[in-house]
Amino acid sequence: MQRRNITRNEWIITLIIKISGYSSILFVSLIFIFLMREGLPALGDVPAASLFGERWYPIEGYYSIWPLLFGSLVVTIGAILLAIPLGVGTSVYISEVAHPTIKAILKPLIEVLAGLPSVVLGFLGIQVAVPFLRRALDLPTGLTAFSGAVLLAMIATPTIVSITEDALNTVPSAYRQAALAVGATQWQTIWGVTLPAARSGVLTAVMLGVGRAIGETMAVMMVTGNAAVLPHGLNAFFLPVRTMTATIASEMGEVANGSPHYHVLFFIGIFLFVLSLVINILASSVSLRSKKRAERVLS
Amino acid sequence: MRKILLTLVLLAVLSGCAASNGGNSSGGADSGANAYIQNKGSDTVVNLALAWAEKYQDVRPEVRISVTGGGSGTGIAALIEGTVDIANASRAIKAEEREEAADNGIEAVEHIIARDAIAVIVHPDNPVNELSLLEISGIFRGEINNWSEVGGEDRPIVRVSRETNSGTHVYFLESVIRLGSSEDKSIFSADTLLLPSSEGIISEVRDNPNAIGYDGLGYVIPEVKVLGVSKELDGPAIMPSVDTVNTGDYPISRDLYMYTPATVSDAVETYLAWIYSEEAQAIVKELGFVPVR
Repeated sequence: MQRRNITRNEWIITLIIKISGYSSILFVSLIFIFLMREGLPALGDVPAASLFGERWYPIEGYYSIWPLLFGSLVVTIGAILLAIPLGVGTSVYISEVAHPTIKAILKPLIEVLAGLPSVVLGFLGIQVAVPFLRRALDLPTGLTAFSGAVLLAMIATPTIVSITEDALNTVPSAYRQAALAVGATQWQTIWGVTLPAARSGVLTAVMLGVGRAIGETMAVMMVTGNAAVLPHGLNAFFLPVRTMTATIASEMGEVANGSPHYHVLFFIGIFLFVLSLVINILASSVSLRSKKRAERVLS
Repeated sequence: MRKILLTLVLLAVLSGCAASNGGNSSGGADSGANAYIQNKGSDTVVNLALAWAEKYQDVRPEVRISVTGGGSGTGIAALIEGTVDIANASRAIKAEEREEAADNGIEAVEHIIARDAIAVIVHPDNPVNELSLLEISGIFRGEINNWSEVGGEDRPIVRVSRETNSGTHVYFLESVIRLGSSEDKSIFSADTLLLPSSEGIISEVRDNPNAIGYDGLGYVIPEVKVLGVSKELDGPAIMPSVDTVNTGDYPISRDLYMYTPATVSDAVETYLAWIYSEEAQAIVKELGFVPVR
């Protein structure tokens, strides 16, 4: 009798777990179908010349997505270039170099940083970072892609730090001891042995950081100036940009349901969805491949 | 026809509230009874109308006011159809709309309830004190890119604007950038900063000596410099103020309207009278518009 009860409970629990597992597939495909249904009509509503033109000014029928796509890419790439050295450096310091007392202080602080709402960072950006960057770099305005990148780097860094640190902790201490035993310095051990051994984890951390950065809206909207300009050269990094997320956030509320503008905003949503999908696929393929190599080394 | 409709609406409301005094006709209605005012139209006016309706609840709790947006045209169309008591508009009624209303037996009566003026603002250190409409248009179109071209220092011009979904943005586009011409299809320069809030504009202009921005007169704070605006290139520059806006001398301003039929219920009449009271006109100022008195 009791035995049967246990089997039945087991069966129910397995079912619940199964449903939660499969539900993510369901949600992702529902979101995808919804985005396609609302976004694809844009291709019919708006002539391709406008959709892939030069300007974004929706109230007069200019619907070019290029300035927005470039805006998002410039800000995200900038953020990643700043966040990778900072994030990986911090986690190496915490896990390999720092004294346990300092580690005990730093780790919770970084977790606090990770939990900080991005709007709060946006306030900090608009009141402190923006005027400072304008004066320090002698720019026409401080509301630039660079300011956005700095803020996004602050948002992405805690993610990168905590995952990289976990990866470094899983590297067997025998590796470090062996390297030190053959006469390597601490820096040589970190750079030549520990980091390469944790490579898959570090790459996953960076990819998740990218994902965090590209989807961020509020902080970016507050400091990038939101001017939909097509970049002409490298100085675009220090000029205002308008990102895809900021555009959707600021315009979706006012748009008439079913209008061309509405469909174009969903079309931008498809772009964002595909972009983050590609990043995730890249991340998982990279980490899978490195795992095989690590296994080869171990055997 | 409309009177019957109104009576029906009133009756429906009354029976819905299970009020005791029935037989309330729009002619000799006692204004103390539960009344219902339909108010619809301009998205520029909607926040003001909502604030008024809310405040009016304290003054006359028995009067219920429903406020919806949709645009000036929507509001006036509803007035012509006789489905609203008050139509809000940020433009004057057109002659053909007036005729249409007359065909339906409705004479649209105009009430100027507030004025909307846009101040052009720069950093206090900027030596430029006044600009003509044409120069402002040139700056925001992207034809003038350095302050030295309009008598200032050799600095790049940074244009700051509200987002495209703001009524102020659209009004500025039509009356300043296009100088009121409907054939002109020019738009804001692509590098114009589009900031999501009035606060964003004020804080950028306050901090950045290169910036030029615009905002509703009521939102402007003393930490930024307001420019005088002249209609003609050599004409006298007028500073925006409650007086110059109300006399019509300041060029970037417009009247905001409410339209009602010639005969209205007592509830609507007392509401309109209240709108011109000091209490109601103080709300006008709070929301960044210019009071009419």
